[in-house]
Amino acid sequence: MSRATVPDSTDDTTAVYTYPDSLTEVPMRYCPGCTHGIAHRLVAEVIDELGIQERTVVIATVGCSVYAYEYFNTDAVQAAHGRGPAVATGIKRTQPDTLVFTYQGDGDLASIGLAEVMHAAARAENFTVIFINNAVFGMTQGQMAPTTLMGQKTTTTPRGRTLQQGGHPLNICELLATIPGVAYLARETMTAPKYVLRAKRSIKKAFQAQMDELGFSLVELVSTCPTWWRMKPLEAFKWLEDEMLSQYPLQVFVDKTEQND
Amino acid sequence: MTKRKLIGGNEATAEGAIAAGCRYFFGYPITPQNKIPEYMSEHLPLVGGTYVQAESEVAAINMLYGAAATGAWAMTSSSSPGISLMQEGLSYMIGSELPCVVVNMVRGGPGLGNIGPAQSDYWLATRGAGHGDGRCLTFAPYSVQELYDLTGEAFTIAQRYRNPVMILADAILANMKEPCRLHERRDHPTQQPQWAVGGARDGRPRNIINSLYVDLPEEEQVNLRIARRYAEAAQNEVRLAEYGADKPQILLCAYGIAARICQTAAQRATQAGVPTRLLRPISLFPFPAQTIRRWADCVEKILVVELSLGQFIEDVRLAVEGRCPVELMGRTGGMVMTPEEVTDRIVQMGQSD
Ligand SMILES: Cc1ncc(C[n+]2csc(CCOP(=O)(O)OP(=O)(O)O)c2C)c(N)n1
Ligand code: SF4
Ligand SMILES: [Mg+2]
Repeated sequence: MSRATVPDSTDDTTAVYTYPDSLTEVPMRYCPGCTHGIAHRLVAEVIDELGIQERTVVIATVGCSVYAYEYFNTDAVQAAHGRGPAVATGIKRTQPDTLVFTYQGDGDLASIGLAEVMHAAARAENFTVIFINNAVFGMTQGQMAPTTLMGQKTTTTPRGRTLQQGGHPLNICELLATIPGVAYLARETMTAPKYVLRAKRSIKKAFQAQMDELGFSLVELVSTCPTWWRMKPLEAFKWLEDEMLSQYPLQVFVDKTEQND
Repeated sequence: MTKRKLIGGNEATAEGAIAAGCRYFFGYPITPQNKIPEYMSEHLPLVGGTYVQAESEVAAINMLYGAAATGAWAMTSSSSPGISLMQEGLSYMIGSELPCVVVNMVRGGPGLGNIGPAQSDYWLATRGAGHGDGRCLTFAPYSVQELYDLTGEAFTIAQRYRNPVMILADAILANMKEPCRLHERRDHPTQQPQWAVGGARDGRPRNIINSLYVDLPEEEQVNLRIARRYAEAAQNEVRLAEYGADKPQILLCAYGIAARICQTAAQRATQAGVPTRLLRPISLFPFPAQTIRRWADCVEKILVVELSLGQFIEDVRLAVEGRCPVELMGRTGGMVMTPEEVTDRIVQMGQSD
């Protein structure tokens, strides 16, 4: 079922860009310039292309993406803050043929849920994590996250993050890269078409790793939160590229799908 | 076909679950219930099931949430500090209307406490399940046989009411050995409930397991639906046992291991000239309030015996509604009263008029 208005078949145009089946038509509640929406679309396109919509479960977590269960047109479970990987474990262990992904923010994954994601990776749990790193707690109004940059102003680091008060930012992919249970691990962003294409490729590989039962897969998407960064959308995209990417360089850390080819 | 076997309380609990069809266990070690995960890790793979040692009780309860969301028959077990950590997850399961079974082999507290027997998680079990307007259906076995039977039955009850069921026992019950009638292991139900996620969808509409209702009237309706299930459980699932004098002067109220002590005390006090009856709630939520209220009209006094300093007594008092005096005999911190002490207290109460 495709929702796009496909031009009349009498002329010989073909639809090259349609609405993904794996997204519902519920209007997304994200702010202008927020990359959550792009991330949703990329994941949905991958699910469509892999033909797995009927056997996918999305784990919506707690953050601005809490309504992911309304947006993804698949089975869905809404998990407690940070516990998505544990919930995903419970689903995969009882229904191994089901494809499961968690969609987690940096507060959810890198702060309250750090133990769950690390141990899921250590157990080589066979599911996929989409990790949205926007360097703040978006939903609760822009407080410091573990991923907040040094010097970055947030509603709880009004003078900028300092070592003394907030310690160092946490690089999740670099931590996970040391864990043998990880089958696919990459950091991507979505601020330009070339990045979007790379990001989609990585998301697809992560799902492929899961379908091939290779173990744990995670794609970090360095994301914007214009609202709590207090920037216009384009400023936010620029700040992401100028400031965030030096702390969080784009990289494929682990790719066991290659060995599988 | 049943067979009798001398078996420990923890093992009986685990076997009761497997025999009833439970095939998934998620847990984190804590004394005095370690024999449950150990038994599960040995036996579940033999019946096509899965044991996962979680990184914490927080993870364990959320793994259970995921498993329950697929309609699997799954459980966890822990002891007091671990059950504290599970509260948020239990609240989510109540809000998402998911069935599961949780065993609490209560130990002394607060804090790290000790590994002695206690009943001081009564409030946690019957009021708790974390935040929000929901509760766990709670059952309190008092023997190894009841641990086996009730843990098994808990799965059917959890499915019936789509709500977590807690089995509340203690360190003595967990560790003691008694002869137990074991039935054959039943197979895991393969049919997924129509609300479950995952598995073969075969064209069914997508399912969502969720406890977020930003629309306030909708949340109220959900909570009322859950409350109606509790009311239904109060009609169908109240369980209790009674022992001793038919025309009692004193009514003893005790559950779980405290009731074992009180059985002896009730007998001895009756022999000593104070006719005493023991009422033992087996279901704590729903609570056998009606039966207790009826007896309150016929006895002089009620003595509540519990391994805590006045938790269970609140439910007895709510049931009695001031019809007669209700007194407390409690020990705490892993300590246990003797049958003699209970007998003396009853005799004293019987003579004090
Ligand atoms: C146990 C618990 N603690 C705190 C919260 C409040 N809370 C909701 S969302 C959130 C942070 C979300 O930030 P992030 O995961 O980065 O997602 P974003 O909104 O930035 O996409 C917090 C702290 C909660 N819901 N549950
Ligand atoms: S608050 Fe930030 S993360 Fe949340 S929707 Fe708005 S821009 Fe996106
Ligand atoms: Mg964030």
